[in-house]
Amino acid sequence: MTLDTTRRGFLKGAAAGAAVLLVGTGPKGAVAAGHSASTNLNPFVKISSDGTVTAIVKHFEKGQGPATGLTTLIAEELGLRMDQVTYAFAPSNPELYSNLFFGGFQGTGGSTAMANSFMQYRTAGAAAREMLLQAAAQAWGVDASALTLEEGVIKGAGQSAPLGDFVAAAAQLTAPEAPRLKDPSEFRLIGNPDVRRLDSAIKGNGEAKFAIDVFLPDQMIAMIARPEQRGALATAFDDAEAKSVKGYIRAAIMPNKAGVVVYAENTWAAMQARDLLDVTWDVSAAETRSSDQIEAEIRAALDAEPVYNVNKTDMAATKGAIEAAAQVVEETFYFPLLAHAPMEPLNCTIEQTAEGKIILHDGAQMPTGPHMAFAQIFQLPMEMIEIRTMLAGGSFGRRATPTADYQVEAALAFVMTDRSRPVKLVWSREDDLRSGYYRPAFGHKVRVGLDAEGQIVGWDHRIAGQSIMKGTPFEPMVVRDGIDHSSVEGAADTPYAIPAASFGLTDTAKATETLWWRAVGHTHTAYVMEVMMDMAAKAAGRDPMAFRMDYLSDGTADQQRLAQVLKLATEKAGWGNAPEGRAQGLAVHKSFGSFVAEVVEISGTPETGVRIEKVTCAVDCGIAVNPDIVKAQMEGGIGYGIGHVMRDQITLTDGAVDQYNFPDYEPLRIGDIGQIDVHVVASAEAPTGAGEPGTPPAAPALANAIAASTTGLRVSAMPMELNGVSFA
Amino acid sequence: MAIQLKLNGENRSVEADPGTPLLWVLRDELQLTGTKFGCGVASCGACTVHMDGVPVRSCQTYLEDVGTAEITTIEAISEDRIGAALQQAWVELDVVQCGYCQSGQIMSAVGLLADNPKPSAQDIDDYMAGNACRCATYQRIRAGIQRAAEILEA
Ligand code: FES
Ligand code: FES
Repeated sequence: MTLDTTRRGFLKGAAAGAAVLLVGTGPKGAVAAGHSASTNLNPFVKISSDGTVTAIVKHFEKGQGPATGLTTLIAEELGLRMDQVTYAFAPSNPELYSNLFFGGFQGTGGSTAMANSFMQYRTAGAAAREMLLQAAAQAWGVDASALTLEEGVIKGAGQSAPLGDFVAAAAQLTAPEAPRLKDPSEFRLIGNPDVRRLDSAIKGNGEAKFAIDVFLPDQMIAMIARPEQRGALATAFDDAEAKSVKGYIRAAIMPNKAGVVVYAENTWAAMQARDLLDVTWDVSAAETRSSDQIEAEIRAALDAEPVYNVNKTDMAATKGAIEAAAQVVEETFYFPLLAHAPMEPLNCTIEQTAEGKIILHDGAQMPTGPHMAFAQIFQLPMEMIEIRTMLAGGSFGRRATPTADYQVEAALAFVMTDRSRPVKLVWSREDDLRSGYYRPAFGHKVRVGLDAEGQIVGWDHRIAGQSIMKGTPFEPMVVRDGIDHSSVEGAADTPYAIPAASFGLTDTAKATETLWWRAVGHTHTAYVMEVMMDMAAKAAGRDPMAFRMDYLSDGTADQQRLAQVLKLATEKAGWGNAPEGRAQGLAVHKSFGSFVAEVVEISGTPETGVRIEKVTCAVDCGIAVNPDIVKAQMEGGIGYGIGHVMRDQITLTDGAVDQYNFPDYEPLRIGDIGQIDVHVVASAEAPTGAGEPGTPPAAPALANAIAASTTGLRVSAMPMELNGVSFA
Repeated sequence: MAIQLKLNGENRSVEADPGTPLLWVLRDELQLTGTKFGCGVASCGACTVHMDGVPVRSCQTYLEDVGTAEITTIEAISEDRIGAALQQAWVELDVVQCGYCQSGQIMSAVGLLADNPKPSAQDIDDYMAGNACRCATYQRIRAGIQRAAEILEA
């Protein structure tokens, strides 16, 4: 499959003179259609007169499946088989392809790809179908209602012809305002577990092209020599030894002094020369703190009165209720900094065309970020910058920074050349782990009061950590009354009907750059909520599942959906009937509009070595467009959540990151989890996220299983391996 | 200096320093980009290729160590019947997510099935421990290897 991602490229006809029908939405969001690139619309589907149907995928593919998913929507409404459609990634154009949830930003994140596109792509497919039928009806002099479009063939009134025959005529028609969408009972592809990924073959035979696989004629490789101590500035360098490396070209201090760019003919030369470069760093304004100090600051904030009363509740009443309680369960939690560590190290390539246009080749998760940054750096109008979206080797949030960090580095490296040669900036794994943006460290302190019957009578919950959103372009959308919702999501908005609950938040000082990390705030809030519910159930002498059900019984839709996945997961896991020598723990959580329950079953003990034998998961993410991809996302999300709490953290000593490469930031390995069973709830609700919601319940379910094992150990600080748990 | 390589059944001549890791010769000099860079320190397996049929980490295999050994990369592994069976199983089960680690996974899995045509789950976990997948597709990698074993038996 060739993915021509230039706007001109995918809008032009398949062959000279071929007609093409484009259907998408116009500037006001209404359905629109046209036949050429000059038409002011954002096409979601392109149909050529040779019968080729191409879905234009506006979300980037990092493995979570939008290329397959969005293409499925087009095929479904057009009545095509999956092998009759192809796809191309949309170019960067925030006016045309912005994420409906990102306020003018085109991007992928927050598990929004399907939620944001479900109706858009179906509507485009349905409109195209009606226009083709209309064109055929006119040509044959019959009523369109007498015709059908199945598997690329229009039939009816004794006639039959391939859809391509009517593309030219259809492109002259006005798009229907409200095309008829299929009723869910008519779906053949949406929800079909047999629909396969479109990118499996190329990813299994080496053909798939990631950004790191871009090789432009005469390109240079750039790597950046960075300071050990975060924030140190380069003042001088000596490259006498680097010059001995064959293929080394030169080095230059970056305009912002954040590092020294090493240019070389190939990657290996760049790596060797960078190692040999002797850089003088000015550390006067550099970071000097260690992670112990960051942790101490967070713990102190938890002991003081919180700055924000998140839900404006009567905190004194909460305290009073807990003081009057028959028993109090309390715990303090700490979550360290975490790196994303996508498998493909960050990289991108920049070239300048003869016309002075800048082209960025990038696994761009949020193309509007680098697009706007480049307009400034290169002093060019947006249309003189083109972003070619490549496959991304994972992201977990890392490829979408509000500052477009690595793309800006590449641009600065490019600006310091005569621009005659393309520049490919490559990060090593060390760059990734040491100079990255991190999931911020967070602390929670919770006190739960129970009455004599074991019912919760008060819940006092304090959260402290560094805000992700403050100071970014997303602040106005996410921060309300000073409260960064991403610091408290999953706790302060819990669907549990908990009486006298109060949530306090204190922002702590900036420690590092921070960034959304698969499931963002839920990565710590779900852990705390679900471990506290477990502790409360134990104190009440109740089964953890039955105890939770008591707080999910007010009849709200969220509670019903949580209760449903909890029932399903526990039933499938054989809850309460663990084999001899095994222990089970559960957790249930809502995030990104989806509802997920997980049961972890372990053998062994924290002393002898815990082994994760089985994880059973139930997910309700509305209509699962591709149930098998939803399953895969749950499997991956569970692995991501569990792998990090088992053994990973980023720490600093005197302002320098302590970890270098995978040996000190050990990824989850194949033997770490025995088996994962995922059950997808059949639903008629609009689709919600799948990329992230599998992650939050995994770690607390593991923690609860460990607590249920013979030793009863409660792990309240991560990673588990450094806090009393050994893994077999 | 020019060095001769036996690569994917062909003789190739490359201009590179003998101390260059095979990974960068394959990727940068020969543009065989299916072999991936993940860590550079032999701890992720993304760069796995075969040297005389045995999986090695190309980031830690230097050109001077290759000598006359036959190198096989993901681009040619479909010619091997085990490689072809694994690729078929990978597609049947949709093993991949981002896909970046998968060339290395398949190259290692070929080595496993060559040694052990009917591996148990534990055999797979042991053999594949050095191939990291940040997307955590492990469950399907295990199933994919067992499915390939079935295909090969048939
Ligand atoms: S790149 Fe060779 S093992 Fe990671
Ligand atoms: S599929 Fe993404 S790293 Fe393995």
